[in-house]
Amino acid sequence: MKTLTVSVVTPDGPVLEDDFEMVSCKAETGELGILPGHIPLVAPLTISAVRLKRNNGEEKLAINGGFMEVRPDKVTILAQSAELPTDINVERAKEAKSRAESRLQSKQDNIDFQRAELALKRALNRLDISQ
Amino acid sequence: MASLRDIKGRIDSTKKTKQITKAMEMVSASKMSKAEQNAKAFVPYGEKIQEVVKSIAANNPDATHPMLEKREVKKTGYLVITSDRGLAGAYNSSVLRNLYQTIQSRHQSTDEYTVIAVGRMGFDFCRKRGIPVAKSILGLADQPNFSEIKELASETVQMYSDEEIDELNIFYNHYVSAISQQVTTTKLLPITDMETTGSTSEYEYEPNQEQILNVLLPQYAEALIYGALLDGKASEHAARMTAMRSATDNADELIGDLTLSYNRARQAAITQEITEIIGGVAALE
Repeated sequence: MKTLTVSVVTPDGPVLEDDFEMVSCKAETGELGILPGHIPLVAPLTISAVRLKRNNGEEKLAINGGFMEVRPDKVTILAQSAELPTDINVERAKEAKSRAESRLQSKQDNIDFQRAELALKRALNRLDISQ
Repeated sequence: MASLRDIKGRIDSTKKTKQITKAMEMVSASKMSKAEQNAKAFVPYGEKIQEVVKSIAANNPDATHPMLEKREVKKTGYLVITSDRGLAGAYNSSVLRNLYQTIQSRHQSTDEYTVIAVGRMGFDFCRKRGIPVAKSILGLADQPNFSEIKELASETVQMYSDEEIDELNIFYNHYVSAISQQVTTTKLLPITDMETTGSTSEYEYEPNQEQILNVLLPQYAEALIYGALLDGKASEHAARMTAMRSATDNADELIGDLTLSYNRARQAAITQEITEIIGGVAALE
């Protein structure tokens, strides 16, 4: 089976670089599945899980924002942060979740609200993937 | 001539100072190699994002985005990267001198510019001289990660988008090697250096290039700020290491000089004592 090289890069350093058969991720316009030989593409990603498939197995990554660049044999994901399930600090994510929830309920001004919502999304995404 | 006890006291205190500077040198050396690694880890991200931005700009010469367009400059933003603590040789002073000269030569009134300060030294410098500071971040870790600087970076980029500032310059020490750091000034925004790099491939854009630029360009600018910060941190540790090494060397030299004059004073004292004894004996005979 043909494969494509996937590399995930963050400002704090590369997270992963390996060959996979398929990449599926959530872009801002919807779910995207990338197979080898895809035409060159650039798409922004949401706070979501990226799933990498290989030999009937699947690996997951928690992605926070950023975008992906696709070439026929290579996919590069540039994210502000990216974590493998084993790297996720579950305790911290839970704390962040409850903090964001309480902030959302307190209903203050607009900017706080947006930021809390994003924080909640990140926390939920991390918890989701770590399970 | 100073008394024996005075000299002895000075030798002791210099030795203690030397111990401290030596320890600081070693601490900075290990922090420097860590900071260097961080700066290296960032390189692939920085290069990749630049590549994508450039190829989009190259394939779509008609692409427009506020961050790509020059506009009339009413207010300039200066982002200054300094350390929180001193004892780093010329690290802070050279950046701040450069900033001060630039401001003096380019602006008449304080309405025309604002400073975004990273590090306490830069913040205090501006406050003392009445330079307006729009934002600041103090007490940054020695090995900062992206999340720590993210907020400041995105707020700074936001200031540009909101037209609070019309250009953004960044002042920092570029890490050349362990013994050499260079004050560097770059214009960050608007993004201008978009020369094509040759190998570009046509991309599909999902959903469209305008939206992509909306996401990509702020991220690119933030990445540049973070890159400059990592560079600055590596320089800071290198500068501190060099400063502490020369302090240790100076202490060694001083201890040598003092030991010499201590021995001289001791000898003089002995000679005097002998002369006195001989004199006393001669008087008895």
